Amino acid sequence: MDPDLVLLLNGITSGLLLGGLYAAAACGLAVSFGMLDIVNIAHPALMVAGGFLVVVIGTALGLDPLLVAVLLALPFYLLGTGIYTVYHHFFERRGDEALQGLAFFFGVMFIIEVGLVMAFGPEQRFLDPPYAYVTWRLGEIDVPLRMLVPGLLAMAAIGALWLFLQRSFTGLAIAAVAQDAEALRLMAIDPVRIKRFAFGISIALAAVAGGALVVVQPVEPSSGQVFIGRVFAVCIMGGMGSLPGCILAAFVFGVVENVTATFYGPSWSPAVAFGWLLLVLAFRPQGLFGKAA
Amino acid sequence: MSTTALARPATAPAKLQRGLAFWLGALAIGIGLFLGLRGLGNDYAYFAGYFILQYVVLATAWNILGGYAGYVNFGAAGFMAAGAYTAIALRKATGLDLLPGIVAAGLVGGLLGLGTGYLTLRLKGVYFSIATLCLSVVLQTLVVNWDYVGGSRGAYVIRPQTIDPFTSYGEYLFIVMLVLAIGAVGIARAVENSRLGRGLQAIRDNERAAEAVGVPTLRLKLVATALCGALMAIAGAPLPYYSGYLNPEAAFSLAYAVNAIAMPLIGGAGTWAGPVIGAVLLGAMQQAATVTISSALNLFIVGWMLVVFVALAPRGILGWFRTRR
Amino acid sequence: MNTTTRRELGRLAIAAAIGGAGASGAAFPSFAQGSNPIRIGYSMSLSGGLAGNGRATQLAHQIWAAEVNARGGILGRPVQIVFYDDQTNGGQVPGIYTKLLDVDKVDIVTSPYATAMIAPAMPVVMQRNMCFLTIFGAGVNTAFKYDRHFNMNVVGDNMKETYARGFLDIAAKLPSPPRSIAILAVDNDFAQRAAESARFLAKERGIRVVYDRSYPPSTVDFTPTIRSIAATRPDVVFIASYPPDSNAILRATSELRFQPPMFGGGMVGPQLAAFQQQLGPILNNLVNWDVYSPEPTMQFPGVVAFLEKYRELAPREQADLLGNYIPPYAYAQMQVLEQSLTRVGKIDQAALAADMHASTFETIVGSVKFGASGEWAEERNLYVQFQNIRDGDLEKYKRAGTKVILAPSRLATGQLQHPYGPPA
Repeated sequence: MDPDLVLLLNGITSGLLLGGLYAAAACGLAVSFGMLDIVNIAHPALMVAGGFLVVVIGTALGLDPLLVAVLLALPFYLLGTGIYTVYHHFFERRGDEALQGLAFFFGVMFIIEVGLVMAFGPEQRFLDPPYAYVTWRLGEIDVPLRMLVPGLLAMAAIGALWLFLQRSFTGLAIAAVAQDAEALRLMAIDPVRIKRFAFGISIALAAVAGGALVVVQPVEPSSGQVFIGRVFAVCIMGGMGSLPGCILAAFVFGVVENVTATFYGPSWSPAVAFGWLLLVLAFRPQGLFGKAA
Repeated sequence: MSTTALARPATAPAKLQRGLAFWLGALAIGIGLFLGLRGLGNDYAYFAGYFILQYVVLATAWNILGGYAGYVNFGAAGFMAAGAYTAIALRKATGLDLLPGIVAAGLVGGLLGLGTGYLTLRLKGVYFSIATLCLSVVLQTLVVNWDYVGGSRGAYVIRPQTIDPFTSYGEYLFIVMLVLAIGAVGIARAVENSRLGRGLQAIRDNERAAEAVGVPTLRLKLVATALCGALMAIAGAPLPYYSGYLNPEAAFSLAYAVNAIAMPLIGGAGTWAGPVIGAVLLGAMQQAATVTISSALNLFIVGWMLVVFVALAPRGILGWFRTRR
Repeated sequence: MNTTTRRELGRLAIAAAIGGAGASGAAFPSFAQGSNPIRIGYSMSLSGGLAGNGRATQLAHQIWAAEVNARGGILGRPVQIVFYDDQTNGGQVPGIYTKLLDVDKVDIVTSPYATAMIAPAMPVVMQRNMCFLTIFGAGVNTAFKYDRHFNMNVVGDNMKETYARGFLDIAAKLPSPPRSIAILAVDNDFAQRAAESARFLAKERGIRVVYDRSYPPSTVDFTPTIRSIAATRPDVVFIASYPPDSNAILRATSELRFQPPMFGGGMVGPQLAAFQQQLGPILNNLVNWDVYSPEPTMQFPGVVAFLEKYRELAPREQADLLGNYIPPYAYAQMQVLEQSLTRVGKIDQAALAADMHASTFETIVGSVKFGASGEWAEERNLYVQFQNIRDGDLEKYKRAGTKVILAPSRLATGQLQHPYGPPA
């Protein structure tokens, strides 16, 4: 095969795998930010906190990080409902919440990051399952399981969530609360309860993403900062509340980044990825995969 | 909305009078600060003062777009760094010093703001915010790859140890920042009380309705983005002189973007006094925590204070007073 | 070491730590004057990106302070370390140093970890004509030309012409001498200087540079980059990276089974315990820049005892578990200060600087002599190779034979193994 073609195919493959990680990190945000309009800038920090807990618990019990992450989803769900309760009490209830909420989550982000430094120290932590050192070779294309397995878990989690949102009554109510909270009230559904539930889910997804992150790379308290820009970008490009859009956007973002890195060197890949997003926003403000308003 | 109360149309003489009172007050506070700190005879007071005042400028700049018009700029660090690097580039190219650097930074920041405005005109809400964030990332990549200003290796700015007639360079930087802060707040106040400010507030409350009744939303937003960009860049221009060395990581630090948003919100967004209060409060707190607590605990406390403040004063400290009244 | 001394040492370290935290104040000047300690002030990154090395440095300093105080202090006065967290934010550094000098009125200032944090302190320190002994900076004084600046780092003052020399010397011993080199460096000062040196010296030796790029620190996935490097088929690969990227680069390299004859360079990360634990055999045959390895040629007096103490305290202080990277140098930094103060006999910045320029210091990292610019007069860039590594167990890193020194030749303890890559 032509060497450039091999490079291109591998660039795309690795980009898709990287996109899997981005999707894991961004899908929770697609719920909280996309559907509930809660600008949870602490989401990546929560993901890293999940990663630390996965390492600590997984190491202590000798369990697989992804399994621990799935188990952690429930406590994180409860944590999420707790955060939402506070958020609702202080901000949402009073209206005009978007801006104040932003400052609130900034504070939460600092607290989590520094809390991790104080609890676990600044050293990086890791927990490698055996498959993280296996690479499948499909002809000229390499697929490291270190990237593939977390991506697949993310897809499974997003798929389950999507089915839930499409099929169940509560799921439909979540989709509805994004549109019109008042209408829900008329149907005798408490929008606050629905939102609390949905925000809990978004934080549960942060725990799952934390597990995925641990498989991909070691975590340190400030690991989350790299992801802030990217996850919001993915969310917006995916058309906010749309889960399929979020996955697609994550893939596109990963592929753009990695193909740029392959051919033009890694130093320009963030500029290309974000510059491209800037152009998307300028000419298609509803996002690449969003419907026109 | 309670914050618009300040922008009540006033009769011309009363307005003039209040304007005079503001400038006299600002002058008095400025001179008082200067004399007070000089009396302390301690360079640390100047550095801490500079640290806080740069945030006064930054928060005030953010407020013009974010507070009045409701457009949240996530890219404050990008504009600030643009100013800092303009000063560095100008110094390297022409040898011109801090003051011309500030002017140049204002121009570059204004143009950058105007460009951002044009590019993101159609974006509303979070889309605009993310666009400014993207701009910041793109700018950082450009600076990192721009070897003339040091690129990723950073740039050294060797400042003179003293400068006449000031007792030290620290004092000089403090006074420059003090003047800039007073100027920025004055501009913000003028905007707030002008047709521009009222137009921006109309945009914040309901952009479509404002457009329908004939507010030139497009032009107003462009003026606001340009002004906001210029002031943010001006806040950044003295930074390389302050630290003597600047690398892209420090210039584009997340702390600037976060503080630029958090400070006006905590003080009370949408009024000229809000960002000042927020910046002084939060900036002083951060500085105090940094130089008294010898561990990571200092940032932990800052995080908690942010959460507590914003929870207890959802409309800012100013809003808190207003509801109590 | 018996348990009593162990506990004692722990207490001393804690006392030093509390002393540091409590010293925050001009609020308690009477305390400071009462015991009249020599106050040493600095800022250190205890949170943020550089916190890992910041904490390790801090712990080494605490051990030193506890030991000095246990034997009666310096010039009959106890030492007290006053430090603040700069949050890995250079913007905080000038403020912290003016506070230290003008409010806390410390007697001596030393530096935070690494160039990006040291440089912002320089103008403040220079204005007050303080003697400034820094740690792990690189070329800071090229810009400032301050004759009271001294830097504890092995790189010396001509990084461009010396840094990568050892690496290329080793490469020259490959069965077929290298004709091409690939260079990848992270976008920061130290790595760019390292890459510049590799570029310069490769050219000088007629080695073709087939890949030469930088990457931003926010890069998550290095697979495409390593693949592009592999596609250029270089004989040797020189990488200058920082944690956590070093980890991602090595993982990607192993996943792509990229095994050039020689791989390594100036990667920061493989020196640290967390890396060695996680990467295990992936480090095998990596040829990397280093500053210390417990090989027989580096058994300087005192270093073994220091590392024993350090390793005992490290888990609780949440610092790097082995301390093979910065801690011996941080301790040696304070030894230099101690020797200089003792010789000068009083706290006199000009005299201290003159003494540091003139003297040779015996430390746990060997004899140290500063040159005119304040850097080490003679550079000592080590290139080590990780040999015969099968797992992530840390015990072997406390012994000789694991991180084998290949360059410089006066310290060398082994022969190059090749190619790079984990054993089959």
